[in-house]
Amino acid sequence: MPRTLFEKVWDAHAVGTLANGQTQLLVGTHLIHEVTSPQAFGMMRDLGLRVAMPHRTFATVDHIVPTDQVSEPYADPMADAMIKELRKSCREAGITFFDRATGKQGIVHIVGPEQGITQPGTTIACGDSHTSTHGAFGAIAFGIGTTQIRDVLATQTMALGRLKVRRIEVNGRLRPGVYAKDVILHIICTLGVNGGTGYAYEYAGDLFDRFSMEERMTVCNMSIEGGARAGYVNPDETTFAYLKGRPYSPKGDEWDAAVARWRAVASDPGCAYDDTVAIDAADIAPTVTWGINPGQGIPITGSVPDPAQAGSTDERASIEEALAYMKLKPGAPIKGTPIDVAFLGSCTNGRLSDFQEVARFLKGRRVAPGVKAIAVPGSQGVGVLCAELGIDKIFRDAGFEWRNAGCSMCLAMNPDKLVGDQMCASSSNRNFKGRQGSPTGRTILMSPIMVAAAAVTGSVADAREVFGVGPN
Amino acid sequence: MALEKITRVAGRAVSVPGNDIDTDRIIPARYLKCVTFDGLGEFLFYDVRKNADGSDKPHPLNEARHKGATILLSGANFGCGSSREHAPQALQKYGMRGVVAEGFAEIFHGNSTALGMPCVTASREDIARIAAAVEADPDTEVAIDLVSMTISFGGQSVAATLRESARDALVHGRWDPIGELIEGAARAAKVAGGLRYMSA
Repeated sequence: MPRTLFEKVWDAHAVGTLANGQTQLLVGTHLIHEVTSPQAFGMMRDLGLRVAMPHRTFATVDHIVPTDQVSEPYADPMADAMIKELRKSCREAGITFFDRATGKQGIVHIVGPEQGITQPGTTIACGDSHTSTHGAFGAIAFGIGTTQIRDVLATQTMALGRLKVRRIEVNGRLRPGVYAKDVILHIICTLGVNGGTGYAYEYAGDLFDRFSMEERMTVCNMSIEGGARAGYVNPDETTFAYLKGRPYSPKGDEWDAAVARWRAVASDPGCAYDDTVAIDAADIAPTVTWGINPGQGIPITGSVPDPAQAGSTDERASIEEALAYMKLKPGAPIKGTPIDVAFLGSCTNGRLSDFQEVARFLKGRRVAPGVKAIAVPGSQGVGVLCAELGIDKIFRDAGFEWRNAGCSMCLAMNPDKLVGDQMCASSSNRNFKGRQGSPTGRTILMSPIMVAAAAVTGSVADAREVFGVGPN
Repeated sequence: MALEKITRVAGRAVSVPGNDIDTDRIIPARYLKCVTFDGLGEFLFYDVRKNADGSDKPHPLNEARHKGATILLSGANFGCGSSREHAPQALQKYGMRGVVAEGFAEIFHGNSTALGMPCVTASREDIARIAAAVEADPDTEVAIDLVSMTISFGGQSVAATLRESARDALVHGRWDPIGELIEGAARAAKVAGGLRYMSA
């Protein structure tokens, strides 16, 4: 019987059925970072438990590392303590730690793929909801809480109910100036922020067939913003080419055997899905958010919704709440909204191709007066590649601050924060109230190129006009 | 490890209305800087509950009449966003014993269940009725019964729903799965042994 990739991977990792009906699922790869794991190690100590498979756990620091300070101790004593705690726990347990000194540190969802740890047909868990990123490789990858981190550390397994699978098929060509980020924002706006509850999303169609691994990662990354705990793309030649030669990728004969296994794990033709959705790539516009969740988005040519025209009292209330917070006027064009900060980075859009694409257009341009623009490579590896290609210089010359790797202003647990009600054009994944570090700070989500357009004009802008990319 | 069999949680309730209340709102990221979860209750809903100078903003949790509430009422997609367990931990450390909402985000729901904090779903109309009863008399006892799957309040009763795996885990005292997972260790090692990528 034909099966989906999800079913194949799930079945291959199912250890047994627990008394409550959930599956005891083997977690092939466990990724940990400094914010959600120290408490789990504490729970382990309290229960007298040891790490079951240290060779299948990989650690790095990303959430709270300062991006403008490299030497320890860090200015924030709590951040310093958390990092030291993780370092100590990893040393004691024999867990590989991609610390800053290794040159391999970065956002956990960028490091895993970069090192070749993220592989097709595997299960991956991490105490971070954007773990769905790794699904780009045909892995079943999902975020977990700290108690579950304890479970995985102690047993390499966790309790989980099986997800349903929704195939989201996007066919056709994207119009010029439209990127992977716009695709996922469009999907979330179409299906809703909780439309994916209970589902894993299988992204498919000829658009995804043509997408690079980095583009696939951008889409899978934000699955959780649509409520889907996991999202994946079936592995193909693009996947294998990306993985070939990476530090943790199989070598020699092992490589050929692995590719054969990976090929076989893809969803079978004719397999059944719990739901399917079709989207025409040509319908997708450069998309920006106007509200306080990632589903509140519109094309850059659109206007902020008017609560008076809402279809329901619920919708009216949510628009009113969002507009009051965002200080935007009903019916006003989103284009032209002044910004104070431009942030380019995060596990959504902090990879080489993001900076490379922006650099093409940023060369010779200047960040508008009064705008604070920061570019934060997602990993030390991305930073090195950008330096080799002279990309960091293009950003610096344009007036961007070029920082060291980390999550930075996506969640602002480090010193990179909005101040007061600053408006930020951001390539990150969440525009929740207070997300970027100030309780009144405002976030507009968009693609990297749109962040650059906002940075150079000082307001939300249509990158196609600013950089002369013809809309059709 | 003997766990409490959670068949019923009851107490005074407080309504924090709204849809899509995310975990950043439940606990802002800057309060995640901790190596234990102790003391997180203080920062529950911090930015919507407190001004920059630490004084209170108008918020249901700040109202004297709702002090000591142990049941939280809310809207759809409660707990969306970040997987931070700090969110249910903050609710629990604040004193909440259960949540009634129109719906929950999945990771939050799993995290809450593993802490023994039932998160049950009820219809919007029914939650509005409970909230109205609480508004009229904040001392109204609201009881979530996981055996009958009802929520009773002020002589009324409405239906609650909860994923069967979570209900089973709570009422049978196996909501923290660690014991069962450890029992399965040998089988897990066997499955891992059959997967090439997991070999040492």
